[in-house]
Amino acid sequence: MSVHITRADVAKVAKLARLNMSEADLDRYTEQLAKMLDHFEDIDALDLSGVEPMSQPFPLVNVMRPDVEQPTLDRDEVLAMAPAAEQHRFRVPPILGIDL
Amino acid sequence: MSEQIVPGWELVVGLEVHVELATRTKLFSGSPNRFGDDANVHIDPVTLGLPGALPVLNEHAVELAMRVGLALNCRIEPCTFHRKNYFYPDMPKAYQISQYDQPLNLDGFLDLPDGTRIGVERAHLEEDTGKSTHVGGDGRIHGSEGSLIDFNRAGVPLVEIVSRPDIRTVDQAKDYVNELRAILVAIEASDAKMEEGSMRVDANVSVRRPGEPLGTRCEIKNVNSVRSLGRAIEYEARRQVDLLEAGDRIRQETRHWNESDGRTHTLRVKEDADDYRYFLEPDLVPLVPDREWIERVRSAMPVLPAARRAALGAFLGVPADSAAVWTVVDRGQDAYVLASVDAGGVGERVLVYVQQAFAEAGPNPAVPADGLARLTVMERSGELTATQAKDVLAAMLETASADPAAIARSKGYEAMDTSAIAVAVDEAIAGEPAAWGKYCAGEEKAAGALVGRVMKATKGQADGKVVTALLQERRTANG
Repeated sequence: MSVHITRADVAKVAKLARLNMSEADLDRYTEQLAKMLDHFEDIDALDLSGVEPMSQPFPLVNVMRPDVEQPTLDRDEVLAMAPAAEQHRFRVPPILGIDL
Repeated sequence: MSEQIVPGWELVVGLEVHVELATRTKLFSGSPNRFGDDANVHIDPVTLGLPGALPVLNEHAVELAMRVGLALNCRIEPCTFHRKNYFYPDMPKAYQISQYDQPLNLDGFLDLPDGTRIGVERAHLEEDTGKSTHVGGDGRIHGSEGSLIDFNRAGVPLVEIVSRPDIRTVDQAKDYVNELRAILVAIEASDAKMEEGSMRVDANVSVRRPGEPLGTRCEIKNVNSVRSLGRAIEYEARRQVDLLEAGDRIRQETRHWNESDGRTHTLRVKEDADDYRYFLEPDLVPLVPDREWIERVRSAMPVLPAARRAALGAFLGVPADSAAVWTVVDRGQDAYVLASVDAGGVGERVLVYVQQAFAEAGPNPAVPADGLARLTVMERSGELTATQAKDVLAAMLETASADPAAIARSKGYEAMDTSAIAVAVDEAIAGEPAAWGKYCAGEEKAAGALVGRVMKATKGQADGKVVTALLQERRTANG
C-alpha cells in the first residue's frame, strides 16, 4: 500500500464524484491510483530546475473568439430530451433531498 | 453609523463582489448574454454541458475583466482556468469554469471617498450559473418539491472581486460597494445592478478586540442592496459579539441574510461541499496578456468617477462627495455641467438643475448646455424667479430649446421692476396689519403671509428675494 493515498481518500473522492463503489472497487482503485502517484514521485525525484512548469501540452496561448452571437438550440427540442420540464424550464428533484 | 458597533469590539469585513460583464455573448459560447428574456432561450451545447461541447474564451469578456483589474490598480498576470467541481442542477456540466491559483488580476486597491484604501486581493474571471426556482415549500430550498432551472444565465461572464479584510465600519462597506459600482458602470464593464443580480455582494464578517488577531469569520450571502449589506453586517457583528461575550465560539459557516426578519441564518452546507477538487481545465489554454495588449486596454480607459467628482467639485467649489456631484457624475452629466458653466452659467444653479431636472436625460441632455447657462443667468439677475425658471426649464426640456428668454416671453414671465413690486409690498403691508405687526416685532415667520399676498397680487411674477429685501427695508425704516 502506497504512502500517498489511502482507501479512505479514494472513498472520499468517490463520494464527491457521486461514484458508487463496492469494497472490491475501493481496493482495486486504491492500488491503481497508488501506482500512478508512485510514478509522479519518480518524476519528482528528477532534477527539473531548468524545466518550465506546463499547464497543458499544447504550445498555445490566448485562443479566443470574437464576442459575436451564434445560433442557439431550439428550446422545445432540448426540453423534450429532459426527464421532466415545466414552464419552459428543466424540472429537477428537490436539491437538499439528494443524499450527498 | 458609529465607528464601533459594540464598544470594545472591532469589526473586520472583507467583501466578495460578483459582477456580470456587459458582453453580447457568454464567456465560453456564442449564446446571447441578455437579462430578462424568456426562460431557456440562450442555450447551446456548451451552456448545457452536452457531450463533446468545447468552450472557447470570449475576447471581449477578457478585455472587460482587464479593465476591471486596471481600474482597481491590479497587476494583470498570465493566468489559467480551473474546473470547480460540484453537483448542483444550476451547472449542468457538474463544474464551473473559474480561475484558481493563477487569476487574471492580482493585488490592487480601491480608495474610498474618505481616503481609506481597501486592498483588492484578486479579480478573476468565471462563468455564472443558471437560475433555480424552487417549487412548493414557499419557494425556499427547504421543504421544496423540486426546482425549475433556466440556463439563460449559465455561462454568462463574471468577474469576482475579492477585497482584503480591510473594512472596519458599516459605512466603509457601503462606500466600497458604491464606489465599485460607480467604477464598473463608468468603465462599461457591467451595469452593476444589485436589484437585477448583475452585481452580487457577499460579506465575510468577523469581530475582535482591537489589536488581537483576526476572529473566526462568517460569510453572509443573499444581500440584495447596499442598505441590506449595512443591516446584515451590523446584525452579524452583534450576533458574534453576543456569542463571544457569553463565552461561546464562532463557527465558521455560510449564513443567509433574511431581509424580512432582519437576521442571518445558518445555511446548512455539508463540510464536503467545500471540497471542489479544483483542477486545470484541459479544454482551455492559458491566457497570457502581453504588454501591448494591456497598454491598448489601458489607453481606452475613461477617467474614473472619483477623479471626475474631484474635478467637478473643484471647478464648482463644492465638496467632491456631495450628493449632487455624485449623482451628476454617476449619470455621466459632469461634462455637460462643465460645458454649461464654461458657457457662462451660474455653477451652483447649473449643478442643482442638472441634478434635479435631468434624471432621465442621460449624459447628453436635450437642452443645449449654453441654453441652461442662459437660464441660470436670467434667474441670477432677477429676470426670472426661481419658480418661473423651473417652469421655463421644463418647457426647454420638452422642446430641446436653447432660448429661455423666448419661452419666458411666451409664458408672460416678464421681469417686474422693483418699483412695481414695491407697490405690491406696500399694499400687502396695509392689507395684513396683524402679520406686519408680528414681523416688525421680530417674528420672521410672519413674513410668509406678506410674501404670499404679494405673490397673489403679482400672479407669482415678483421675485421672492426682492420681496423679502423690500420687507426688510421697510421694517428697518419702521423700527
